[in-house]
Amino acid sequence: MKVMAQMAMVMNLDKCIGCHTCSVTCKQAWTNRSGVEYVWFNNVETRPGQGYPRTYQDQERWKGGWTLNKRGRLALRAGGRVKKLLSIFSNPLMPGIDDYYEPWTYDYETLTNAPAQQHTPVARPKSLISGKDMKIAWSANWDDNLGGGPTLTADDPVLKSIGEKIVLDFEQTFMFYLPRICEHCLNPSCAASCPSGAIYKRSEDGIVLVDQDRCRGWRMCVTGCPYKKIYFNHRTGKAEKCTFCFPRVEVGIPTVCSETCVGRLRYIGIVLYDADRVLEAASTPDDKDLYAAQRSVLLDPDDPEVQRAAEEAGIPRDWVTAAQRSPVWALINRFEVALPLHPEYRTMPMVWYIPPLSPVVDSLSTSGHDAESSGNLFGAIDALRIPISYLAELFTAGDPKPVRDVLARLAAMRSFMRDVNLGREPDVGIADAVGMTPEDIEDMHRLLAIAKYEDRYVIPTVHVEGADPGVLAHRLEESATECSLDYDGGPGMGGSGPFGETSGGATPIAVENFHMLKQRQTGDTVVDPGDRSKRVNLLNWDGKGEAKDLLPPRAEKDEP
Amino acid sequence: MTGREQLLWVVLPYLCLVTFIGGHVWRYRYDKFGWTTRSSQMYERRILRIASPLFHFGILAAIGGHVVGILVPKSWTESVGVSEGAYHVVALSLGAVAGVCTVVGMALLIYRRRTVGPVFSATTKNDKLMYVVLAATIVLGLVTTVLGNVTGHPHDYRETVAPYFRSIFWFSPDTARISEAPLGFQVHVEMAWLLFALWPFTRLVHVFSAPIGYLTRPYIVYRSREQRPARRGWEPVSRPDQRGR
Ligand code: SF4
Ligand code: SF4
Repeated sequence: MKVMAQMAMVMNLDKCIGCHTCSVTCKQAWTNRSGVEYVWFNNVETRPGQGYPRTYQDQERWKGGWTLNKRGRLALRAGGRVKKLLSIFSNPLMPGIDDYYEPWTYDYETLTNAPAQQHTPVARPKSLISGKDMKIAWSANWDDNLGGGPTLTADDPVLKSIGEKIVLDFEQTFMFYLPRICEHCLNPSCAASCPSGAIYKRSEDGIVLVDQDRCRGWRMCVTGCPYKKIYFNHRTGKAEKCTFCFPRVEVGIPTVCSETCVGRLRYIGIVLYDADRVLEAASTPDDKDLYAAQRSVLLDPDDPEVQRAAEEAGIPRDWVTAAQRSPVWALINRFEVALPLHPEYRTMPMVWYIPPLSPVVDSLSTSGHDAESSGNLFGAIDALRIPISYLAELFTAGDPKPVRDVLARLAAMRSFMRDVNLGREPDVGIADAVGMTPEDIEDMHRLLAIAKYEDRYVIPTVHVEGADPGVLAHRLEESATECSLDYDGGPGMGGSGPFGETSGGATPIAVENFHMLKQRQTGDTVVDPGDRSKRVNLLNWDGKGEAKDLLPPRAEKDEP
Repeated sequence: MTGREQLLWVVLPYLCLVTFIGGHVWRYRYDKFGWTTRSSQMYERRILRIASPLFHFGILAAIGGHVVGILVPKSWTESVGVSEGAYHVVALSLGAVAGVCTVVGMALLIYRRRTVGPVFSATTKNDKLMYVVLAATIVLGLVTTVLGNVTGHPHDYRETVAPYFRSIFWFSPDTARISEAPLGFQVHVEMAWLLFALWPFTRLVHVFSAPIGYLTRPYIVYRSREQRPARRGWEPVSRPDQRGR
């Protein structure tokens, strides 16, 4: 047994209102730079829908993740090492910018410097890739809220794999939101696909990162990740991915997406797992057994033997304590309501989801039934075959049983707690029906419905020799707010190394963002804001600093 | 040895070689972040799909050919029984295939760079200079060889260019040999020196990160969280009992 700790997340889909706040705050923090305009470390997609990048789940086409080869051994679906090296000059399986979308901005300058004319001037969309006028035809959430359906929705790869005729009329279909970040997998196929070995899993907390100094831009990781959560920065020629906001979690603060989530539906905590068993579990023959296999890799932090092994593996005491208190562990193991996204990709994803009960509740309430009565709910869960098989396709490789069990537990909580809240005697039979005790149900309700900040986030801080958390916190603050440019090897005032913008040391993102914003507000052209100031981007202008070119230059007055 | 020969075949080559080596060391230490292929596949993949493998495999073969033709002395191949005639036929046929692949691939790549908007706007001045020198070197090499054979006077570079090139590494440059080579070969060699000097400062550096290690390393890389040294001025000062947020 080799115990390792993993930072993991659970998202409670019932509470997601699809507001995209998480995506936007993440973007402001991490990918508000040129070269990553199209990059959404966090994105929220409407299901059914195509997802982002479109149809990424169609592994027949994109060949992400792992599969079992003829001998039953785990192999990269896109091909082994030799094949990867041979296709290195042009990767046939990499999505192009049109599979994401062509990012754009608006030509706001026309609004301020158009001559007097009969018609109102328009700010036209300009491509951020070519700088030319463009027609906006797709984006990261073009099919939001089933927009464009049933034409667009019909291309959802998950719907296709259910293989049933589905009514996609707005009135009759179901819908929910799926927020996605990198899964920080236990068996990351992105790392396995990287020819340079630049993608690594941190041994302390399992966060998967790209070493920007070792990445050489071979692009194989983009293919390797079945969730398409590695993005290629087309400006620097390097891969970038969600960092689980490691500078934040290192000092015990939740990720930006979690912190800002309007629905307060994200949970962060540690799970312990047995690294020696990952490969075996990922090689489980039947796809449908992968959910169970993935759970079996996790270790119980209350087990004294696990604790001893954890100590031997050098995991600090407070981390084990944090694992015991971890909401993620509780939701996966004690309440058994969290499921992994697409376990059949065999990467052992570590962002788990509580599937939404809302399709069931909605169908009951629209048909005029009491959507809080356990009998109605249990009946509907069994009757609503299509939403259940859809959820099963997402979370359990198509096996409806675990999904039905989870929904039953959520339904039980719903009707049990209604009685409690109305001051009535709760029906213990409801808890029994789903194999839980009344205490379990009330604890689960506290975690899911009341969801206090301290319960949602149990994040142990890192242990650094010779530095205390205060210093780390200071460093974080500095990385988030400081704009001084005197960091070691820094390029100075927003400049760059001698080989153009992308050379020199990697600029701290906060510094880069600062300059990007400043330049974009006043940049000359849409695409390359590196030049002289001219253009004003009202979206980025906070009204404080000067927006020089917002108004035409003042006429020089002759001194009398 | 005239002053001009001295300059062209001794001073310049050594300057270029020193720049080549020193440049790489310096760039690797200073600019690891900029050390990338800077792929443009995101912008355009249809032409790239054909052109890039054509060019790269072509040039790899051509480099292999150069290694055999230049670094291996003629006496060695002859001692293992490969006659000049046989060598010439093999080298010419393989070389021609590799050369044509390289040039066609390169032509397509340059066409793509010029005509596909996003690719063109991602092209830096540095890239343009590199393309000129690289293309000139390749085209000169191919044209000289082909012309020599078409006119029926193939030049045996293994008597001139090759010994000269090797002599550079013994630090006693044999300028007499290279001076006997036809003009085409001479220009090709000079261009190559220039290319070497330019190399470390362009995206050509990606040649040296060919990921051979991938064949043997374990799939998943684990790394410990780096202990970043505290920056100057931010060393911990508070005592543990005074900490707080
Ligand atoms: S989800 Fe994240 S860790 Fe998993 S394969 Fe993709 S990029 Fe790698
Ligand atoms: S912020 Fe929360 S509620 Fe809003 S879309 Fe993101 S995950 Fe859903």
